[in-house]
Amino acid sequence: MTDLALYLTLSGILFAIGTVGVITKRNAIGMFMCIELMLNAVNLTFVAFSRYYNDTNGQLFVFMVMAVAACEAAVGLGIIIAFFRNKISADVDDASILRN
Amino acid sequence: MVETIIFFIFAGLAIGSAISVVWHKNPLYSAISLVGVFISLACIYLTLASPFIAITQILVYAGAIMVLVIFVIMLLNVENEEEKPTRLNYLYALGGILGLGLFAQAVFIMYAVTNTGAKLPSAEATMGLTKSIGTVMYTQYLLPVEIVGFMLLMAVIGSVVMARKAEVKRLELVKTRED
Repeated sequence: MTDLALYLTLSGILFAIGTVGVITKRNAIGMFMCIELMLNAVNLTFVAFSRYYNDTNGQLFVFMVMAVAACEAAVGLGIIIAFFRNKISADVDDASILRN
Repeated sequence: MVETIIFFIFAGLAIGSAISVVWHKNPLYSAISLVGVFISLACIYLTLASPFIAITQILVYAGAIMVLVIFVIMLLNVENEEEKPTRLNYLYALGGILGLGLFAQAVFIMYAVTNTGAKLPSAEATMGLTKSIGTVMYTQYLLPVEIVGFMLLMAVIGSVVMARKAEVKRLELVKTRED
């Protein structure tokens, strides 16, 4: 039987990799994918604790997180398309209208 | 014992694919690696006695969301990332520090939870089945499920509004067509 600690550690490592990606990626789509990675790391924690307490409610939370991620994908990619239409680029460094 | 072997295989696959997501400059390679992370996480969910979540993971994440992402990558024809002189270089240092901090946190969790000796109990027979999740979903959590449905409707409308062309240009198009 695998320990709870292993699942939580895997989740923590995936979350750390996702954080590094969000900060170092320049591409809006790349940042978006790293955010999805972080959401998945959190989902793994939910499922592991749901299994640990033998409680189905944690898996329902994962379902909700998946629904939010789907909404985020639709709206976020819509924003990326609108940004690309204005700047002909998906580079987040080009989103600097407010700076000047 | 079998669960442990399966866990280590897919945990290694998930971490490797996740590093590949961050490493590749081409967004398409990152997307394909992200599918690898999703599928290995689905297999890990199976070892945690949650088949419904595993199938939903593959259907929603690896199926729907990644198809959407790859569709947008193809639509925008995003090139490889280029080095730009205006890039704020300190972000790499910040990302490294944050990543190391979070990794240290993961190691600390490993240490602390191992010391408590938290073993996973044997799963109940109904645990994680579609029927038990559906029972909870449509009795105890009925209102949140309805709210999630409404949120999905708003996301559909919002993405259509966000991604269409600006209203002014459309009016000009109509005018030129009438002229």
